[in-house]
Amino acid sequence: MSSISLAYLSNNLIYSALFVFTITFFLYAIETAWAVRGDDSASRQNVFDRSKTAKIARIATALMVLGFLLLLAAVIARGLSAHRVPWGNMYEFSITGALAFTGAYLAALQKYDLRWLGLPISIAVLLVLGTAITLLYRPSAPLVPALKSTWLVVHVSAAIISGGVFLLANSIAATYLILDRMESRGGRNAWAKRLPTLEVLDQLTYRLVAFVFPLWTFAVIAGAIWAESAWGRYWGWDPKETWAFITWVAYAAYLHARVTAGWKGKKAAWLCLFAGSTFLFNYVYVNVWGTGRHTYSGL
Amino acid sequence: MSDNRTELSGFGFFRYLWRQLTSMRTALILLLLLGIGAIPGSIFPQRTQNPMKVREYFINNPGIAEWMDRFKLFDVYGSPWFSAIYLLLFISLIGCVLPRSWEHFKAIGAKPPLTPKNLDRLEFYRVTNADKAEALNNAELWLKKHHFRIRHNPNSISAEKGYARESGNLLFHLSLIVVLIGIGMSSVFGARGEAIVNVGERFINTPTSYDNLSAGRFFKLEDMHSFSITLKDFKAEYDLATNAPIDYTLTASVSEDVEGPSVTRVVKVNRPLTFGSTRVYLQANGYSPLVTVTDKSGAIIFRGAVPFLPQDANLTSIGAIKIPDMNPQIGFIGSFIPTADRSASRGAFSSFPEALDPHLLISVFQGDIGMDNGVPQSVYRLDTSNMERIGLKELVIGESYSFNEVGTITFDGFTPWVNLQIVRDPGKGYALVGSVLAILGLLISLFTRRRRIWIKVGDVVEIAGLSKNNIEGLEKEIADLTTWLEER
Ligand code: HEM
Repeated sequence: MSSISLAYLSNNLIYSALFVFTITFFLYAIETAWAVRGDDSASRQNVFDRSKTAKIARIATALMVLGFLLLLAAVIARGLSAHRVPWGNMYEFSITGALAFTGAYLAALQKYDLRWLGLPISIAVLLVLGTAITLLYRPSAPLVPALKSTWLVVHVSAAIISGGVFLLANSIAATYLILDRMESRGGRNAWAKRLPTLEVLDQLTYRLVAFVFPLWTFAVIAGAIWAESAWGRYWGWDPKETWAFITWVAYAAYLHARVTAGWKGKKAAWLCLFAGSTFLFNYVYVNVWGTGRHTYSGL
Repeated sequence: MSDNRTELSGFGFFRYLWRQLTSMRTALILLLLLGIGAIPGSIFPQRTQNPMKVREYFINNPGIAEWMDRFKLFDVYGSPWFSAIYLLLFISLIGCVLPRSWEHFKAIGAKPPLTPKNLDRLEFYRVTNADKAEALNNAELWLKKHHFRIRHNPNSISAEKGYARESGNLLFHLSLIVVLIGIGMSSVFGARGEAIVNVGERFINTPTSYDNLSAGRFFKLEDMHSFSITLKDFKAEYDLATNAPIDYTLTASVSEDVEGPSVTRVVKVNRPLTFGSTRVYLQANGYSPLVTVTDKSGAIIFRGAVPFLPQDANLTSIGAIKIPDMNPQIGFIGSFIPTADRSASRGAFSSFPEALDPHLLISVFQGDIGMDNGVPQSVYRLDTSNMERIGLKELVIGESYSFNEVGTITFDGFTPWVNLQIVRDPGKGYALVGSVLAILGLLISLFTRRRRIWIKVGDVVEIAGLSKNNIEGLEKEIADLTTWLEER
């Protein structure tokens, strides 16, 4: 297949994924609404059929997997069309980021019961993909010479996967804070009743951060190795590098606070959100408005 | 009261400071400070990265910029306050990690703690009806099989596993120290410089060959590796649709010693040349027009390649050719256009970075070049304040232009130049090894579960455990152990 038809294929796959994620979103929304109504009415009539919402949730998850596969195919087609890894500009970072985020969620779903997160996750993925294809889209093009490196592949894939998991951890930390507020004001709303306990959320956030912290460390180091071979210095305090370092420090502080200072719950969740926001800041601000040598947004 | 005061005097006070500095909380605060301290450097332009932007900032915000400069906000990463933060962190890290490593080392053979009185207060407490007489022996078999450390107490066993968590943790923190040492070595023993070299010429690694060279405090000239590089060929490949560069290839003949034998090497953007701890990087490239200048008698006054500096993505380049040996002096301001195109609004411009149809636009100036007054001048610029323009011409290759009966300039052709960046960095090996060990330490530390299990035989057989950091998995282990005891 030619480069151009592969690029078209990639775009069409993105549109299909958007379509599938939209249905996923509606299913999760219906499931959430029914489950909440079910909880309300159950006490009164006890006739609500739980198996129905469970079934919808299963279908929604299956569609999420389908969306993930379509997105994966889109990213691969994009890479093939440009004869390189598809991480050359912000459009490509975004679609790959959405892929990593969905992947992180689906992987975590294997281990933990996170179906309640399906609704916010599908909204986030829709937003990211929608922004990517409308505002950030750039035609498929080859990379500038400095980006031609195996270390780039390693560095960016590690960074994108870390980003996906960081965002997942942050979603859970944010949920923690919302629920904590609700509970301190007299109890959970109907929709929040089926969410896990605060301790579980707190633990889960820590697990996810502890799991990706080494990967993020590795991503930063792989970036340094690449910078050494491309630019003659492994560390130059370029804005992108600086913010990667800040994110690293912030998550290290989170782990420390958690493990050694015994911070739990609210304080830890805020620290986690702060750390995650440094990651987002790096992605959005430094890519779009920043100056350094890392500004490959293509905007 | 008085006791306290004496303790805080002299050595006591020092010890108090040391304890504070090496405490976990101080380290955490320093770590956060380091992160926060790095922020201004990513927001304001930095001299080391973009001196032009700094100058611009001074012009746009004169009053504030001066104040900001006092706080080194344009040199954040070399500023005393930033250095102070990381030096304190470094000391804090050493002061905390070394003693802990020693403690850990001494505890290598340590036994798990005694069995607590009330097991039912611990995690995953359960009572089993396993055979009481054999319970301890059977438990020991299971625990040994799963590599627990075991301590025999009367009527009970304490077991512990996961000491590697602390080992990994210490490895991680010690490795950070190694990384910091590497960074420090890079900055005091290292040096970096740049040189623009025309294809066809030879670069010999001595300070005079550099256009600029900055070295660390303890860098010595003897440390300079005596290699030489002769540039044979340079190829740049560009995308026909976007004009973006696709690939640069430099072919060079390289010798480790100026007199020594040479080998042919290919250098690319991500593939530098390596001479010990010195590496040579291909950083930028441009064009040097080849010109011949003759006087009115036809004698050659100047002939050679003059590097011009690229101004845009299509490599429109400008430069200066200075002829101080003519009387009055002559200077040229030139514009090299690799692929000439013309439009009504822009005049002559380049439409592609490759030299497909090179033109040389030349303005001729006569007067005082100003090279004799001792003020250093850029070789790329001509100071025309004491000069008068006497001609203007657009040349193609092979064409000559006679100006004002004074002389002639001929555009003979062009040769590419490359900007070589030469970096000596003796610390990066340490930084790399430190980083790899740090990741290893992290993995060991974060994925090792430290937990204890106790089995006690009294009226019944009791089992309970304790997991550090609440990492799951202990519940299943205790369940497995219980099943094992019951099935025996
Ligand atoms: C000087 C100071 C430091 C001290 C005293 C210190 C001490 C500790 C201690 C006691 C732990 C807990 C280990 C455990 O219970 O498993 C820990 C974990 C950790 N430290 Fe530090 N540390 C220091 C500096 C740093 C620095 C500069 C970083 C870098 C960013 C860092 C990153 C970490 C990480 C990532 C963990 C892992 C947390 C975990 O085990 O879950 N530490 N540190």
